[in-house]
Amino acid sequence: MNKSNTINLSGIHKNYGKVNALQDISLDIKSGELFGLIGPDGAGKTTLFRILTTLLLPDSGKASVCGLDVVRDYREIRRRVGYMPGRFSLYQDLTVEENLTFFATVFNTTIEENYDLIRDIYIQIEPFKTRKAGKLSGGMKQKLALSCALIHRPEVLFLDEPTTGVDPVSRVEFWDMLDRLKQQGITILVSTPYMDEASRCDRIALMRTGKCLSVDTPAGIRSTFSRLLLAVRSASMYRLLEDLRAFPGTYSCYAFGDAHHLTLKEESDAGVSSVVSGLETYLQAKGYTDVSIESIKPTIEDCFMALQPEA
Amino acid sequence: MKQFISFLRKEFYHIFRDKRTMLILLAMPVILIVLFGYAITTEIKSVQVAVLDQSRDEATTRIIDRIGASEYFELYKVLDSYEEGEALFRQGKIRLLLVFPPRYASSSDAPVQLLADATDPNEATQITSYATAIISQWKMERQSEMNAVTAQSPGGNGQLSAGITPVVHLLYNPLMKGAYNFVPGVMGLILMLICALMTSVGIVKEKEIGTMEVLLVSPMKPIYIILAKAAPYLLLSLVNIITILALSYFLLDVPIAGSLTLLIAISILYALVALCLGLLISTIANTQQAAMLVSAVVLMLPVMLLSGMVFPIENMPVILQWLSNIVPAKWYIIAVKDVMIKGLSAGAIWKEVSVLAFMVVVLIVVSVKRFKIRLE
Repeated sequence: MNKSNTINLSGIHKNYGKVNALQDISLDIKSGELFGLIGPDGAGKTTLFRILTTLLLPDSGKASVCGLDVVRDYREIRRRVGYMPGRFSLYQDLTVEENLTFFATVFNTTIEENYDLIRDIYIQIEPFKTRKAGKLSGGMKQKLALSCALIHRPEVLFLDEPTTGVDPVSRVEFWDMLDRLKQQGITILVSTPYMDEASRCDRIALMRTGKCLSVDTPAGIRSTFSRLLLAVRSASMYRLLEDLRAFPGTYSCYAFGDAHHLTLKEESDAGVSSVVSGLETYLQAKGYTDVSIESIKPTIEDCFMALQPEA
Repeated sequence: MKQFISFLRKEFYHIFRDKRTMLILLAMPVILIVLFGYAITTEIKSVQVAVLDQSRDEATTRIIDRIGASEYFELYKVLDSYEEGEALFRQGKIRLLLVFPPRYASSSDAPVQLLADATDPNEATQITSYATAIISQWKMERQSEMNAVTAQSPGGNGQLSAGITPVVHLLYNPLMKGAYNFVPGVMGLILMLICALMTSVGIVKEKEIGTMEVLLVSPMKPIYIILAKAAPYLLLSLVNIITILALSYFLLDVPIAGSLTLLIAISILYALVALCLGLLISTIANTQQAAMLVSAVVLMLPVMLLSGMVFPIENMPVILQWLSNIVPAKWYIIAVKDVMIKGLSAGAIWKEVSVLAFMVVVLIVVSVKRFKIRLE
C-alpha cells in the first residue's frame, strides 16, 4: 500500500439488489489532495462515500483510508475522518452553537481546541449562533455542517455534494474555504453534480452509472478532448439545435446554456475548415441570418458528454 | 462520559422543544386516568328497571323500594302486563325486568323472575347478580325477623330456615371500584407508550434526517448512542408513574396498600422492557411513521387486549392465554395489582419480576445485536 496515498480503492463492487451501484472502482487519492467525484445523480458517488466512511460494506474489492482497511479497522477510521453527508444532517431544533458543541463533544474535543481551523467558516455564522439550525439559509446551513465535520480536525474530509441546493455566490465561497483547508494539509474528497466546480479540484474522477469513466487533473481531462468544439448561437435556439443535429457532418450537438456545443465527424485540421464553411452555407439555406460560430476550448462537461459509456 | 452527558442534554433539548412530544408525555397520563376514571367505566350505575308485580303485597312493595333505593338501579315503571315489558326492552328503555308471581309474600320460596337485556353479556350478568343480591338480602333479613318473633313466643311453630346463606366478603376492593383494575392497566399502557414508542421514534428520526450517519461515523460507541437515546424516556416515565399514582390516590381514591418503593421498582423494570422493545423496533423500522405503526400494532393492541386490563385472560381461548404470556404488560399488571391493591410484599411477585427481568435480558441482547454499526 502506497504511503503517500491517503485513500486507496481497488476493484470495488457494490450492488443494491439487481442495481449495480458501483462497478469495479479503483482509485488512489494522494495525501493533501482536493479530489472531486463528478457525475450526475445515480453515478454512485454517495455509495462510494459510504463505503469509505465505513457505513457500507463493499460486495468485493478492497478499500483503505489512512492506510486502514474500511471493513476491519472501521473504528479507527471513524476517529480520523470528517463526514458531511449529502442531506443536511444537523439537528434542526438545536441552535447553531448547540449543534457545534454537541458534535465537538461527540468527537471528544471542544470548540476552543480547534477553533483556529473553523474560524474562517464559523465566524460567518457566529452572529446567528442562538438561531435554530432549521431556520438558517441554505448557505449558512452548509457552513455549519462543514464546521461540525471539521471540529475534530480530521485527517480526511468527506463532503458528499456539499454545494447542492446552495446559491452560486455561496458555492464560490465554499470552494474558497476548501482551498484554505487544503493548505492546512487536510485531504479532501468532494462530490458534486456541477461540472463547473470540477476545475476547482486538483484531480477529478468522472463517474456515471456506477462506473469510473476517467481520472485525471481537470486540465488533463480537457486535453483528451480531441475534436474541434464549436459554439453556435442564433436567435431561435431550439430550431437551431434540431437543424445542427440534422447536419450530415455533425458528430454530436448539445445545448449548453446560451450556445450549442457542436463537434464534427471530421477530425483532421485540414478537413475541418471546409466542413465549417459547409455548415455556414447549410444554415444560410435553412434561413438563419444571425448565426455565430466560434471555436472554443472544451469544458469538463464537454468531456463528460464525450465520454459516453460504450454501449 | 462527557460524550454521554452531552448526548443526554441534546435529547432533552429535542423533547422539551417539541410541543407535541411534551403534550404526549405530560397530558396523556392525566387524560387517560380521567377518561378511565369517569367516562369509560364498567361499573353498574342507575340501570333502568321495570317491575311486573302480580301479587302487590307488603313483601313485593318492600323489595321494589329497596331496588329503587339502590344506587345501581332506578325504577322506571311498574307495569301492568308482560307485553308492556317486552316493548320497553325493545325500545331500550329498561335493562332489567322483575316479575313477581301472585301471592309472593305468603309462599316462602316463590321464585322471582329476572329478565335482563343481554346484548352486553357482562353487564347483564352483573345486573342480575346485583338484583339477586338485593332480593336475597331482603329474604335473609325477613327470615331472621321471623325467627326472632318465633323465639319470643316459646312453643311457637315457626320453622327454622334450613337454607345455607352465603356471607359474601369482597377482599381488597370491597366497593368493587373499577379504578382498582384500570389504574394498573393505565400504568402498563402509558409506560409502554412512552418508553417504546418515543424511543423507537427518537432513534428512527435520526436515521430519517441523516444525523445517524454522522453519529455512526464518530468515535462514539453505538451502545452509548442507544443508552443516551433511551435514558431520558426512562426518566420521564418515572415522572409519569408518580403522576398516575398521585392522580389515582387523590382523585380516584385508589389506595396504595403495599410498598411504594417496590411499586416504583417494578415500574422501572417494566419501563426497561418497554425501552428494549422500542430499541428493537428502531432496528426494524426506517421511517418514523413505520415505527409508530409497529409500536401501535405490536405493542399497544396487546397491552389493551391481552394483558387482562380490559378482558379477563381466564376467559380467553387457550391459544390467546398462551399468547398473553409474552405480553410484558400482563406480568406488570399482575405485579402492580398485587403490590398496590393487595399490599403484598416482594416475595409474592417473584415470578412476575423474574419473567420481566428475563424479557429485559433477551431484548437487550437481541436489539444490541441487531443495532447496525453500518447503514445496512
